[in-house]
Amino acid sequence: MRTADVLRFARDAAAGYPLRTSLSVLAMAIGVAAVVVLTSLGDGARRYVVEQFSSLGSNLVIVLPGRSATGGFSPANAMTSTPRDLTVDDAFALTRLPSVRRVAPLTAGNSEINANGRLREVVVAGTASTYLDIRSFKMAQGHFLPEADWSRGAPVAVIGAKIQEEIFAGRPAVGELIRLGDRRLRIVGVLKATGQGVGGLNTDEIVFVPVGVAQSLFNTNSLFRVLIEARSRGEIEAVKREVTAMLKARHGEEDITVITQDAVLATFDKLLRALTAAVAGIAAISLAVAGILVMNVMLVAVTQRTAEIGLLKALGARGATIRDAFLAEAAMISLVGALTGYGLGLFGAFVLRQMYPVFPAYPPDWAVVAALVTALGTGLLFGIMPARRAARLDPVQALMKH
Amino acid sequence: MSVIQLAGIERVFHLGDSTVHALTHLDVGIEAGEYVAIMGPSGSGKSTLLNLLGLLDRPDAGSYHLEGRDVTTLSPDEQAAVRSRRIGFVFQSFHLVPRLTAAENIALPMMLAGIPAAERAQRVMQALKDFGLDQRADHRPDQLSGGQRQRVAIARATIMQPAVLLADEPTGNLDRATGDEVIHLLEVLNQRGMTLIIVTHDPKIGTRARRQLMMEDGELRHDSAAAPLRSADDNPPSPLSGKGGDGVSPAAPAPDTPSAAT
Repeated sequence: MRTADVLRFARDAAAGYPLRTSLSVLAMAIGVAAVVVLTSLGDGARRYVVEQFSSLGSNLVIVLPGRSATGGFSPANAMTSTPRDLTVDDAFALTRLPSVRRVAPLTAGNSEINANGRLREVVVAGTASTYLDIRSFKMAQGHFLPEADWSRGAPVAVIGAKIQEEIFAGRPAVGELIRLGDRRLRIVGVLKATGQGVGGLNTDEIVFVPVGVAQSLFNTNSLFRVLIEARSRGEIEAVKREVTAMLKARHGEEDITVITQDAVLATFDKLLRALTAAVAGIAAISLAVAGILVMNVMLVAVTQRTAEIGLLKALGARGATIRDAFLAEAAMISLVGALTGYGLGLFGAFVLRQMYPVFPAYPPDWAVVAALVTALGTGLLFGIMPARRAARLDPVQALMKH
Repeated sequence: MSVIQLAGIERVFHLGDSTVHALTHLDVGIEAGEYVAIMGPSGSGKSTLLNLLGLLDRPDAGSYHLEGRDVTTLSPDEQAAVRSRRIGFVFQSFHLVPRLTAAENIALPMMLAGIPAAERAQRVMQALKDFGLDQRADHRPDQLSGGQRQRVAIARATIMQPAVLLADEPTGNLDRATGDEVIHLLEVLNQRGMTLIIVTHDPKIGTRARRQLMMEDGELRHDSAAAPLRSADDNPPSPLSGKGGDGVSPAAPAPDTPSAAT
């Protein structure tokens, strides 16, 4: 039997039972659509995070104390052992490097804020005036920390939007006095709400104070981080090199880790890709279910068309020919189902994008290919058993069923 | 030369604990171009014999030579090839594929044999004309009368120009008049040289054949060729070709084996 004839025969056979065929096509379509929509969600989340990260501030380079053996970024790197302290002097020295535009020291700790008769635990970040521009923050009221000598520091504070809301119930806070630990500080500004919460710190819930104030508050000389803004994107690597060289010269050994925004981004990118793949795997289960349904439908088809199979054998069809015809039918159901599901999935992603315009829900190419291939694969795989059963039918028995 | 030669054929079925000898000690030879009726009560083994002749079933013992070739030892695929080219089947319940048109049903054996579509269309056209079905080419089986369905089935059985035409109760689902018409059609095909073997329990149809094989309990009880009940010449094939005003004039070519009918 010619291939074209096998395909035509299978197509007519599938079309001969429209309800059964369309139901299994639907099952396959739902499976593929689930993969396409869910991976669109996962990949959309990845793109969303990447975009958010890019808005953190451009050309960011972060220096942390301690040497990590691996080049990447992981929580373990933040807790490396026996570091020599990063100091304010170190940070200040970095401002002289040629490819560095701005430097902001950062030290952090927990403290209690007491103002307006209310008390709450807050994260206190000690930094400098440059921090605002490096992170591209905007002020809601007043101004950020004043430019001053980093080692001294005036008794002033800038609070996040949420702190203002909770302590001052939304009233203008500039000029108010707060007590932070054993210090009395005057509020000079309130940050605009960002809603960003990268690294577990929501910037809306932080109190910023001059680095000198924070160091004396926490009784320490060391810095938690040094944030550096390179002059351009192309100079990020130069900054990394220069910073490493300078701090090695100052400390006598290479005891710091320099991470770039790209490295952090790459980590999140990897994480969310893995998440998308996991979601795709879960959705693929529905494809397996659809495959089993196709098998069921084909088994019913073999039973229903037993007399026809007997006839085909009597007319000279070889077992292989009958097997091919039934396999082709299963493949066609799967193929039409996969393509329908692909269309449905794209439509679903389109609806998602219409509902949440900030969320770039596009299915990744690999997921589309994997869904289509898996759909066809399961359809064929689960079609083998019924097709073989059809090919093996005893023609005498088969012909008697009518 | 015999077109069919059976020697020592045995066929045993196992039904639970009991064994049924569907065919025992069967030795029959059938010459090319013969017109044979296999008769007997139900359960006598006549359908089993027909299935064996059509290579749908295998004997447990004995040999079957078709056109001088031992076909019992062939592989399933080789047997399928023999069925495709040398054997035509006509069934009591027609066995047309319901979703295919008359033309597509007739073309089915050629499609299975891998004959190109252009040649198929040409041969189907000719067959439709020969069997008076040209107005019904695009009708599905459920749009055809019983007689038309059986004519489609006969056209399908002969489209590959087989050596042997096997008919299993071909008139069983038809009324008397259409049944006669179908038998007449088969007889015309036989007159053109095709070996015709009909299984029937209807004596009126059976006696029209030039040779009767009487089956009983899996054994051949009587072969009219070996010991004629009456002279075979008393029952010549009636010249029915002029009677049916149906345009039924099959033009099946003679099989390539020379006619050696008695």
